[in-house]
Amino acid sequence: MKYSQFKAMMAIAKASFRSITRSPSAVVFTLVFPLIFITVFGFLKGGNVSLNVALAAHSDQQNSVYMGLISNPAFSVHHDMDSVEQHSLLLKGKLDAIIDIQKVQLDSLSTYDINLYTTMASAEKGIIVRSMLEHLIDKSNLLAAKIISPMATLKQQELKGRTYSTIDFILPGQLGFSLLSTGVFGTAFVFFNLRQTLVIKRFFATPIRKPFIVMGEALARMVFALLGAAFLITLGHYAFGFTLINGLSTFAEMLFLSAMGLVVFMGFGFVVSGIAKSESTIPPLANIITLPQFLLSGTFFGVENFPTWLQPICKMLPLTYLNDAMRKVAFEGASLLDLGPQLAVIALWGVIIYAIAVKVFRWE
Amino acid sequence: MLYFCNVQTKPIITVKDLHKHYGDFHAVQGISFEVYNGEIFGLLGPNGAGKTTTLEIIETLREKSSGEVMVDGLNIDSKANDIKQIIGVQLQAAGYYPNLSLTELLELFAGLYNMPIDSLEMLSRVGLVDKAKAKFKELSGGQKQRFSIATTLINKPKIIFLDEPTTGLDPQARRNLWDLIREVKAMGTTVVITTHYMDEAEQLCNRVAVMEGGKVIALDTPDALIDKLVASGFERKKEVKKANLEDVFLSLTGQEWRDE
Repeated sequence: MKYSQFKAMMAIAKASFRSITRSPSAVVFTLVFPLIFITVFGFLKGGNVSLNVALAAHSDQQNSVYMGLISNPAFSVHHDMDSVEQHSLLLKGKLDAIIDIQKVQLDSLSTYDINLYTTMASAEKGIIVRSMLEHLIDKSNLLAAKIISPMATLKQQELKGRTYSTIDFILPGQLGFSLLSTGVFGTAFVFFNLRQTLVIKRFFATPIRKPFIVMGEALARMVFALLGAAFLITLGHYAFGFTLINGLSTFAEMLFLSAMGLVVFMGFGFVVSGIAKSESTIPPLANIITLPQFLLSGTFFGVENFPTWLQPICKMLPLTYLNDAMRKVAFEGASLLDLGPQLAVIALWGVIIYAIAVKVFRWE
Repeated sequence: MLYFCNVQTKPIITVKDLHKHYGDFHAVQGISFEVYNGEIFGLLGPNGAGKTTTLEIIETLREKSSGEVMVDGLNIDSKANDIKQIIGVQLQAAGYYPNLSLTELLELFAGLYNMPIDSLEMLSRVGLVDKAKAKFKELSGGQKQRFSIATTLINKPKIIFLDEPTTGLDPQARRNLWDLIREVKAMGTTVVITTHYMDEAEQLCNRVAVMEGGKVIALDTPDALIDKLVASGFERKKEVKKANLEDVFLSLTGQEWRDE
């Protein structure tokens, strides 16, 4: 019977997979951490503007501006505060504006002075309050002037778009980071330990060839990470409404991207296992690789939020491109062909890191 | 002695003028010897004598600097992978894959050798059936060595190599291991063993090579080596009693297999 390297490789893959599933750190990094983040952000409510305004004491409440104010769901109008409290809350930004409506009686004609107080502490919402208030006043003025056909009217048509919720941003980022930590930490520790404890040397005494040992290990990690990815995507989709724009084919494309990312990240792990002098130097080395990407690759917030001087660094990291590609696939329905630039950068990283890995990797 | 009857003097391992350099250090300095088919062959010598290096070169785990090594007619230079299929190797202080039970580890090695295996039968051969679900690191020293030997038997090898299998074991565990090694030999497998313990070599080995400073300084049956020394006029300082302290210890504590 001819000796089959493939059979031997599968034996290692099976053993390694069993070992990974029983290793607490692998399970925590791949599943528990991302799960916690996804759950936390999945429950965060995004969406509608809510404006907190207070009505100043002794304000007139029998006018069309006030009526418009309270009938608009965007406003929550507070009446139950004195002016001292109102001002203190306004300065802290807990109130977005104070509105004071005073009736001025000129003979038989009633007019209104409307004072708006806004704050730097809530500048953006102050502007929204102002423009909405102006709109209410304009409407009342037109009505008072008995203008039925105004010179210009605005007609807005809102096109129904897809709602981009927090989970659509967070899940791909968490998935990417989970792949990064599994790839780097898992691979680095496993190969370092197998070398230290002579497990690999014992393998050498059997007929399996070296590349098949590495492939068996990599295969196990790949299967484990992809099962984790599939679980996270499925949970995100059904529990938190994560958008899979083309359903199953999007799911498959995300798994393909996961696999590609993991291969590159395992390369970092091989490098770390090769250059680490002792087991205790692995975590710092691995963190040097993972932490900057965790922060700068758009895992929690978009890369565009970083200052300009940081952007070039963000745009060098492989995880940035993986996250970007994942989001484009999942939400915009981009096909893998549309992702040429992202895939090219990830592949380039793969070539670079494996060139280094081949140089520094040690068997004994 | 009892074990001579089935030993043929047909060499299964031939080592000729073997050298190994580590940088400036000349670890193995031109040694030659043969291991006969079916015997238990001992490599003796102090630490640093070159025993493990010699063993690992024959096992195809280490490159030699020069010389010729043939294992069952196969040259280690060109047929390393064929040799690996017919030998079993137990390394000094080898670990095993973490988080796996003994049964799962045996399945792993069965895959690595492409050999079907009955894990429980194999574990029963080394007296570890009740540890089938245990992890390697949970075993005692003697159990670990017995398990290591089990992994060397999976491919039904012609030769097994044992590197200091009894170092650090208590007397009972040591005797258990000797019994196991004799059983392996009785199945027709050649055994090459290194050890520091001369009583072990005397009890177990058909022939021994004594190494010192990278050279083989003596090679013969234990009996012949002793006779030679006695013939040269050597005398023990003290008359030997019919038993020694180890015999006392074993008769007090029992010699049966037990969970050390």
